[in-house]
Amino acid sequence: MNFTLHIWRQSSADSEGHFETYEARNIPGEASFLEMLDILNDSLVTDGKEPVAFDHDCREGICGSCGMMINGRAHGPGRKQATCDARMRMFEDGQSITVEPWRAKPFPVIKDLMVDRRAFDRIIQAGGFISARTNAIPEANAIPVSKPAADEAMDAAACIGCGACVAACPNSSAMLFVAAKVSHLALLPQGQIERGDRVQRMVAQMDKEGFGNCSNNYACEAECPKEISVTHIARMNREFLRAKIYER
Amino acid sequence: MNSIVEYYLSSIGKKIVMSLTGLFLIIFLVEHLIGNMLLFANDGGAKYEAYSAFLVGNLVIRFIEIFLFAFICFHAILGVWLWFVNRYKRDTGYKKYRLRDNVPLASRTWTIITTGSFIALFLLIHLRSFFWPVRIEGGHMSEYDLVCRAFSDPLYGGFYLAAFILLGMHLKHGFQSAFQTLGLRNRKFTPIIDAAAFIVWFFIPLGYASIPVYFFYYSQIGGR
Ligand code: HEM
Ligand code: SF4
Ligand code: FES
Repeated sequence: MNFTLHIWRQSSADSEGHFETYEARNIPGEASFLEMLDILNDSLVTDGKEPVAFDHDCREGICGSCGMMINGRAHGPGRKQATCDARMRMFEDGQSITVEPWRAKPFPVIKDLMVDRRAFDRIIQAGGFISARTNAIPEANAIPVSKPAADEAMDAAACIGCGACVAACPNSSAMLFVAAKVSHLALLPQGQIERGDRVQRMVAQMDKEGFGNCSNNYACEAECPKEISVTHIARMNREFLRAKIYER
Repeated sequence: MNSIVEYYLSSIGKKIVMSLTGLFLIIFLVEHLIGNMLLFANDGGAKYEAYSAFLVGNLVIRFIEIFLFAFICFHAILGVWLWFVNRYKRDTGYKKYRLRDNVPLASRTWTIITTGSFIALFLLIHLRSFFWPVRIEGGHMSEYDLVCRAFSDPLYGGFYLAAFILLGMHLKHGFQSAFQTLGLRNRKFTPIIDAAAFIVWFFIPLGYASIPVYFFYYSQIGGR
């Protein structure tokens, strides 16, 4: 398959970026989007040009590093997939494809398609953890967890921190990501001790990082590769309200 | 910082203010619609004027009216403010951005601000047409006659119909959004909220729309 690519090129954080047009030739339909970029980069290197920089690691949809905006959709067309899961057969032969980095004030571009997502790390550092002594492994059955709570917590824990929710949101809001983390720990017994503090600190950090305000249009849920549901946002709103009323 | 102020300043706190003021306005819409149905009593406006005199004479209602005005202003100003702030959160826009693949028309940010702003414009004109002559100038014309005269003009009635369609869209997004913000949308409540939402966004505007249509028709068949 052949594609015309319009790719955002930006040599460093403070340089001006621009779109560059490339022809990708003889791409197998079963290639992932990242493999297609690898093939393109090979030819760029052969021609003595600078390859396109993009983030990737696991290439199996679990690490969350590979986000990019493909033809106006976070992680490309199709649902429930990270960019590395997207296959070139999902596109039409000869199609032109616009590839852009995540765009949000708190996610500044580092280079080409790579953005700095450390804002997410700082939100996690603000409260997305439980304080427990690391020691001998405790007996797993000592802490009972109900099946519905375990299921719901596991659904929330599926978030890979890719940032597609922020990229897809017209307000650049990080509510889905933060809600997944708050929800995950609020549902489990281990998360109870810091429950109120956690949600207040994480929301405060989210606001401080400069993410936008949620307007409940659910573009995040539609683009999330892990199908994190917006009911987690409702739970976070509830947790936040509860913490503000009952704590401190 | 005072924790209530801190709460309000947080992103979720502002959303809660939007949702509570919005829900209050919906309660008002219901009350106003039920009252307005008295216009259909076919008694030359006697019942309607009695009802309206009761509202004006009742101190509790006058007190709530102050909140109503304050909440509309608050909702509108905060809504516009949030919209501007949110636009500023993405300094380099996307070259291609397909929000429409993911979000229904009524919920897109652009729709909410447009429908909201049109409602604000409508409210100004509506208040100028009915509230002003009756309550500020002091009526030389009965309210019922004002209504008859206003809607005999199809342009004026058409403006109302357009406003009600946009109100329907605003509510289609707003009603569910308010419950999401309050943390009430979950597997148990979402079906109930969605069912109630249909009544709110479809039947409230439809009920209001019946008034200009009825009175235009009335004027055509030679009513007042
Ligand atoms: C009868 C009048 C109105 C009613 C019943 C109403 C109702 C609502 C409701 C229930 C919401 C959802 C709140 C939430 O997101 O939690 C909402 C949101 C909104 N309203 Fe209104 N509204 C009215 C008038 C207006 C006016 C005059 C404006 C002025 C521009 C406006 C602008 C907005 C905006 C921008 C939002 C979205 C806020 C956000 O989510 O960021 N509304 N409205
Ligand atoms: S909520 Fe979904 S879209 Fe957002 S960071 Fe987590 S996995 Fe990615
Ligand atoms: S490279 Fe790990 S999720 Fe795509």
